[in-house]
Amino acid sequence: MLQHFDPNKDYGTPARVSENLVTLNIDGVEVTVPEGTSVLRALLKRTSTFLNCVPAITWKHSALAVSAQWKLKVAAAPCFLYHTCRKRHVCYYAEQQAGETAPQHHGAVHLRSPAGLSDLSSNGNCELQDVAGAVGLREVRYGFEGNNHLDAKKDESNPYFTFDPSKCIVCSRCVRACEEVQGTFALTIDGRGFDSKVAAGQDDGFLASDCVSCGACVQACPTSTLMENSVIERGQPEHSVVTTCAYCGVGCAFKAEMKGNEVIRMVPFKDGEANRGHSCVKGRFAFGYATHDDRVTEPMIRDSIDQPWKKVSWEEAFSFAAGRIKDIQAKYGRESVGGITSSRCTNEETYLVQKLIRAAFGNNNTDTCARVCHSPTGYGLKTTLGESAGTQTFDSVMKADMVMVIGANPTAAHPVFGSRLKRRVREGCGLIIADPRTTELVKSPHIIADHHLKLRPGTNVAFINAMAHVVITEGLEDKEFIANRCDNTAYNKWREFISEERHAPEQTEDITGIPAAEIRSAARLFAAAPNAAIFYGLGVTEHSQGSSMVMGIANLALATGNIGREGVGVNPLRGQNNVQGSCDMGSFPHELPGYQHVADDAIRGRFEASWGVTLDNEPGLRIPNMFNSAIDGTFRGMYCQGEDIAQSDPNTNHVDQALRSLDCLIVQDIFLNETAKYAHVFLPGASFLEKDGTFTNAERRINRVRQVMPPLSGMADWEVTMALSNALGYEMNYSHPSEIMDEIATLAPTFKGVSYDRLEELGSIQWPCNDAAPEGTPTMHIENFPIGLGNFAITEYVATEERSTRKFPLLLTTGRILSQYNVGAQTRRTPNQAWHDEDVLDLHISDAEMRGISDGDWVGISSRAGDTVMRARITDKVQPGVVYTTFHHPGSGANVVTTDNSDWATNCPEYKVTAVQVVKVNSPSSWQQNYQNFDDQQQDFLKQGRESVSQ
Amino acid sequence: MVMEADPFMLIEGMTIAGLAVGATQGYIYLRSEYPIAHQILNEALAKAEAANLLGENIQGSGKTFHLEVRLGAGAYICGEETSLLESLEGKRGLVRAKPPLPAIVGLFGQPTIVNNVLSLAAVPYILAEGAKAYADYGMGRSLGTLPFQLAGNIKRGGLVELAFGLTLRELLEDFGGGTFSGRPMRAVQVGGPLGAYLPESQWDTPLDYESFAAVSAVLGHGGVVAFDDTVDMSQQARFAMEFCVVESCGKCTPCRIGSTRGVEVIDRIVNDENREDNLELLNDLCDTMIDGSLCAMGGMTPFPVKSVINHFPEDLHKPVTEDMAS
Repeated sequence: MLQHFDPNKDYGTPARVSENLVTLNIDGVEVTVPEGTSVLRALLKRTSTFLNCVPAITWKHSALAVSAQWKLKVAAAPCFLYHTCRKRHVCYYAEQQAGETAPQHHGAVHLRSPAGLSDLSSNGNCELQDVAGAVGLREVRYGFEGNNHLDAKKDESNPYFTFDPSKCIVCSRCVRACEEVQGTFALTIDGRGFDSKVAAGQDDGFLASDCVSCGACVQACPTSTLMENSVIERGQPEHSVVTTCAYCGVGCAFKAEMKGNEVIRMVPFKDGEANRGHSCVKGRFAFGYATHDDRVTEPMIRDSIDQPWKKVSWEEAFSFAAGRIKDIQAKYGRESVGGITSSRCTNEETYLVQKLIRAAFGNNNTDTCARVCHSPTGYGLKTTLGESAGTQTFDSVMKADMVMVIGANPTAAHPVFGSRLKRRVREGCGLIIADPRTTELVKSPHIIADHHLKLRPGTNVAFINAMAHVVITEGLEDKEFIANRCDNTAYNKWREFISEERHAPEQTEDITGIPAAEIRSAARLFAAAPNAAIFYGLGVTEHSQGSSMVMGIANLALATGNIGREGVGVNPLRGQNNVQGSCDMGSFPHELPGYQHVADDAIRGRFEASWGVTLDNEPGLRIPNMFNSAIDGTFRGMYCQGEDIAQSDPNTNHVDQALRSLDCLIVQDIFLNETAKYAHVFLPGASFLEKDGTFTNAERRINRVRQVMPPLSGMADWEVTMALSNALGYEMNYSHPSEIMDEIATLAPTFKGVSYDRLEELGSIQWPCNDAAPEGTPTMHIENFPIGLGNFAITEYVATEERSTRKFPLLLTTGRILSQYNVGAQTRRTPNQAWHDEDVLDLHISDAEMRGISDGDWVGISSRAGDTVMRARITDKVQPGVVYTTFHHPGSGANVVTTDNSDWATNCPEYKVTAVQVVKVNSPSSWQQNYQNFDDQQQDFLKQGRESVSQ
Repeated sequence: MVMEADPFMLIEGMTIAGLAVGATQGYIYLRSEYPIAHQILNEALAKAEAANLLGENIQGSGKTFHLEVRLGAGAYICGEETSLLESLEGKRGLVRAKPPLPAIVGLFGQPTIVNNVLSLAAVPYILAEGAKAYADYGMGRSLGTLPFQLAGNIKRGGLVELAFGLTLRELLEDFGGGTFSGRPMRAVQVGGPLGAYLPESQWDTPLDYESFAAVSAVLGHGGVVAFDDTVDMSQQARFAMEFCVVESCGKCTPCRIGSTRGVEVIDRIVNDENREDNLELLNDLCDTMIDGSLCAMGGMTPFPVKSVINHFPEDLHKPVTEDMAS
């Protein structure tokens, strides 16, 4: 879908929703708008030329509430542009155009010409210049000798954009974007009167300020004062393509603005239903990895991992891979191979990989990275609510009166949603945070959580049970909802269970560390809110009781009647761009696409008929099982697409051992990632800019991913999987990803109504999309649950075996930060490194002092699984007894320390709780030394591979 | 003076106003330059609270009204109602766009009425003596009284509280006693630094809001500054722009940049650089500031300037002397 480059039409003030319509008269033509609409917006609906003819610059940002920095009479009409429309408003705009332009227009533009109009760079990107052109301005009447800011110094500290105050007209749009859209409050107007200027932080430059580099200010700037460096360097884009971001599960829509095949900049798409025109530093700026020199764009093979790579043709790579897989299966049996689908790839690509495994490998040894993040969500929500997905849209949060965030840090990991939530909280919505750490949502400018329930890692279930106990024993439950919408047998059983005194906050206080009074107060607030919503992240799922906690959350939502309308719900914040989709597409060993169990003969029969093969009726291996079987010698071949299990999975030593045991590891990726260092076949993958397909975000929203540049390797990922399948002897024959989606629609009932044509028509679709809901389902469970009645599940708290001991007295919990993404394969190859170029260990001052550790010291972190070394950062964001780190850099070895403990139901690893000891050290750990040697060797093999001649 | 001498009149007026609109919280926004008023007001509030004339369940009526004094930091613009609200919220004193009007979305997003001390202090009298008694003072639509402040080159300066309707000349001559210097009076600025300069031909205008508006002048808070015939009105026009340069909050362009350009343009006129072009430009600039400014600060700055252009043009056309050129 190529579009000519055309700035989005901006109606200046937000759209209003109202049943009451107001009709006003513009140049004799009646224009009808919802009540509350500004005159400016109504005028712009009438004529697009108005856009450039009125110095309405300061309002032209539809995300911002009306704030006229400019008052302007529309010709003779007694109304102002920013007034809300009233009946009988009559505007004479055309008359004025026909006559002389009003002097105040001229006056305005003259006054606003800080650098002289001819000096404004970035033609076509400056609204001031547009207005000057429209009013026919040729000279500046005030001259250039007067007081001015032309010598103001540029701020080039941010790696992605430049602030040139000499071009600034101090319209405050950037400041307001930072406040109202992003909610960071990093920008301000410093000084008064003529000296007013935009300042970041305490005027200490963008990089040193609180600025999170979301770019909302750059987008809002009407001149070229705040401008992307890429535009300054390479000029204005020529065309654009709307596509979907490939970072987190928010699923932001972007316009990739292009010059030929080169992306000049990414601009959040204003019609994007997940992001509403906003973005974060990753989505907007960190796309340079796609053309990084580290990209491997030619297939490579080798006999064993202690050999250099050899560049080969695609045909040779496929035949080598297929041959090895077939040999393994001949020798060790059908079950001896498997594969891992990717949450980074499209639905269509994921679907093909699991289809290849089930149909060409002939077993169900397929799994996906959701195993290590949100598999408990799937299990827990399916058990209680009947569907493995979040219940709401992101928009829904704007109707919430109370939000409880559990084990999630949205401002870092889901920044666009985080901004949305902060916006709602600034509007007065209550906020309860349950997190061992003090996250930004606990306290930041204009945000203070009503409660920060600072629980001990690993005690989630005891906490949620205590919340439910208060609701039930104090009679705060929604009796009507329970009676009508829930299974009353299950409810009564649960009620009896949860009412037991041992769940009382006073009893659990010693377990969770949360004062009983605080739990009681939080539970009362939550239960009393007309609309209370729960948002949760990996702090809920990545525990030995992850599934129990998800069910505990659902229990609380059901008990308080907070399901089935806007503003409420149970909302898992999914980590990766398509983790929802990869689960939907049948990546799990026990479920075919659409969460249909492999053991169900009728269901399997439909797939067998469609695919023309006999399918195994036994669930296959999960990722941890694959590793164990590999070490046992029964699992010997793996096809891994777009996932870096060597870095992301827990207990790195164990993973290392498993991967080394494989006879054939086929890795398909854009870089030679950590896993590929153990591979025998490397198939070059395509970045999201090269993909054509769909991603499904955390709100079940299927978004189109459109190709903006051809695959660097010459083959799209789905074509690679198809060719591999064909080489294995199972024929696949698709000419376009849309055909894959059509096949999915015939097999997965929740996708029945989905097609590329429908997606073009509707923009995006939230599944279920079928005959009953032809336009998709924004809010789930409105009238009933897929399982009929809501099911209360018994959630007994069982302490994790991973607890602090004399040997390992601290609890390590892991997470993410804003500027880096997951294993960092992408963001480490961008200037985002400016914010976070190494992982550090956060620890509380009391724990540091006890160990003689100062800020910046090298510290050794050891657990029963392994040890690693990183720098310490002393902070009050973690509580005493808890330490925290990230795993964005492979050399940090965060997962060398994490253990193979996992969720009882789904095997989701217990990343969030590891008992560790921390000591001051002065050299890297032995693991790190070995890692460095292995990495050097593999980089050398890659270099030799790149230099080899393709045969 | 009301706040220092009869704070209970204001407290009573605000309490009545609060009850009238259903407000339970009132604020007195006081400039920090009045420390004695601050001290007296706080003592008065404490006494009123102790006597249950403020607070919960006032005199057993079931009505609640709390009152609090907040100090400003001295910005002129914070006298503008929306800047005042911003300042009360603890932010920079920047003008807000209207609408929404403060009565609909005001302090901390709540409906808020903003009135000056004069209005609120009149409330107890009106309620005690009746509307008729109050309306017996004044004329036309300008009812009641106004404390006029006589200042500048005037023989008897000071405060005179009068009913609306007296002429400016009566005020200047009968109460002020003419100029202090004894020289002929030439110009009078009424209504504060943003008020127009009135030439002698306008001195018979009655002191009420409507009559002043009719001659493109403002009565404002009743400040009256007299000048004798040694005044250079071009410098007075320049001073208006300069005042705006100092006091502009910087939010809207006409005021933020216009005032600086205004000073520059007036300097060029005085120095006879393209005098006619620059006079036209000054006129256009005044129109831009009047029509385009967000609040009365930028919107009224041209009033004194325009009055100089209209009534004292000779001062803008003086030959350049060596003294001026330097």
